[in-house]
Amino acid sequence: MIRYIASRLLLAIPTVLAVLTLVFFVVRVIPGDPATAALGDYASQEAVEALREKMGLNDPLYVQYFRFLSDLLRGDLGTSMITGKEISDLVRQVLPYTLELTITAIFIGTILGVPLGIYTARHVNTSIDYIGRVVSLAGLSVPAFYLGILIMLTFAYKIPIFPAVGGGDLTDLNSNLRHLVLPAMTLGLIMTASVTRLTRSAMLNVLKDDYVRTARAKGLSERIVVLRHALRAALVPIVSIIGVWAASLVADSVLTETVFARPGLGKMLVSAIMQRDYTLLQSVMVIYALFVVGINLITDIIYSFVDPRITH
Amino acid sequence: MKDKFDEAIETQIVDATEAPVVRLRSQRKRLFRTFIRNRPAILGVILMLLVVFMALFADDWFIAVFQGRDPQPLLAPYDPLEQDTANRLAPPSREHWMGLDSYGRDMLSRIIYGSRVSLLVGIVSVIIGGVIGALMGLMGGYLGGKTENVLMRAADILMAFPSLIMGLMVLAVLGGGLFNMILAIGIVLAPTFARVAHSSTLSVKQNEYVEAARSIGASNFRIARLHVLPNIVSELVVLASIWIASAIRVEANLSFIGLGVSPPTPAWGSMIRDGTKYLFQAPWVSLFPGLAILITVLAFNLLGDGLRDVLDPKLQN
Repeated sequence: MIRYIASRLLLAIPTVLAVLTLVFFVVRVIPGDPATAALGDYASQEAVEALREKMGLNDPLYVQYFRFLSDLLRGDLGTSMITGKEISDLVRQVLPYTLELTITAIFIGTILGVPLGIYTARHVNTSIDYIGRVVSLAGLSVPAFYLGILIMLTFAYKIPIFPAVGGGDLTDLNSNLRHLVLPAMTLGLIMTASVTRLTRSAMLNVLKDDYVRTARAKGLSERIVVLRHALRAALVPIVSIIGVWAASLVADSVLTETVFARPGLGKMLVSAIMQRDYTLLQSVMVIYALFVVGINLITDIIYSFVDPRITH
Repeated sequence: MKDKFDEAIETQIVDATEAPVVRLRSQRKRLFRTFIRNRPAILGVILMLLVVFMALFADDWFIAVFQGRDPQPLLAPYDPLEQDTANRLAPPSREHWMGLDSYGRDMLSRIIYGSRVSLLVGIVSVIIGGVIGALMGLMGGYLGGKTENVLMRAADILMAFPSLIMGLMVLAVLGGGLFNMILAIGIVLAPTFARVAHSSTLSVKQNEYVEAARSIGASNFRIARLHVLPNIVSELVVLASIWIASAIRVEANLSFIGLGVSPPTPAWGSMIRDGTKYLFQAPWVSLFPGLAILITVLAFNLLGDGLRDVLDPKLQN
């Protein structure tokens, strides 16, 4: 098991390196000069040149690339070109908001999606199953920001029980949780749709298998057959879809953070693009990429617990 | 006079020549029958046709082209850009079924016109992504070796980013706007197509007819074009129908963020974005375009699901 985890960790290194390289070059091919963007169109040529020199933009590309990597290794994300603030400080301020949102949404999606999927698979081709299928397909079709608006209209306006906008105070648990409910519900419900669909089809595949029939023939209760025999085998694809969704939720948080005017990584990414803040854009992209690689790694490790055969 | 033996031989000859055609036709018929029995899929087709109809006949461009004048609204009750500033944010009424937006423009007309952007982006970006991806997958799978390694690793790296983040990244490079958005979504979708094309190519490549073609000296290009591509295309088409739904959703997301088509061209995502400023005051400005996105994406999802069910060999049995 430890060898498997170690090999996964080692395999993640080239992926991380490739992704970082991609981010580095993408930011370099963005049209326009970062120094001009930082100083504005009316800056003098000398000032722009001085800033270019200071930012190291006049160095050869490979020098810039290795500086980028070594800065990252030291945890130095640089300073924002527009505000001049330390990016690592900015990230430290907003990261908890995005993390709590994503983790709560994954939790909601899993605890609702898996049981619903099992239930609809057990009642396949009944009216409950049909309703479940249509609702989950609608859940896959609704854009996250639209569901967010619907939820906000319902639970912040018609029945005003939760605050509509903002992220709340991180030090005040009550305010923080109250601000978290609606955005987390938005992302969680969308994930529920997908997890329900996949759990249903994975369970349907497994419930037809011989060993399930054997388990039933042994006279085991339906509960044990479904939970201990069938679900165990269906877990690998379920874990995989939860992993895929976790990565995608990190991205969808861009939309929910915009709708609910919540501080977070996504909102920072959008403002970096809109204001052409290259250094901030680069850092946020790097963090997103590391997130995704990290989630994939965790998914791989959970696989090995769910199905020990994978480690061989 | 023919005896029974001759007759039997004749029927056998007839059978032998006609059988494959009959089987092919009956297989298609069977697939078609399975598809039309799939009620959700038919619902998807109907909804999709409705949206296509809306996009095509929003105005009378097909007559205007010949008469050399500007198109006039046809299905849309008003010009989508016409402003009634006295009645800004007016609620739905008999004259304006879906109300007016913050500039006093008719929401229903804007939604009808907005279907054009969604469909255009959805379909064209999937074609771009499909062609780039199919070429990558086909080349990688067929040529193997270093080409395969480079192309497939590139696809893996691109897939490491969620589609929205990747789309944002490409748009940051290219800048916003309709054309760039189509290109961005195309690039986002390409790796998925590349993976499917790659794995199908690997399995088709094993067939004896490919070996036979190579043995009579056919070039790589000829084999890929005439023998491999036709055999992987149906799988790619099903994938395309599923991904159109995603492409439309990504377009709505990007427009909502503010990187879509430039105003005042109506696009559903940016209409919702405009409406959020007046969400509690005039919710219809956001609600109706969102419903349009939901219905359109659902239509393509239902269709894609139906196609996959029909073509999935496991379900056919």
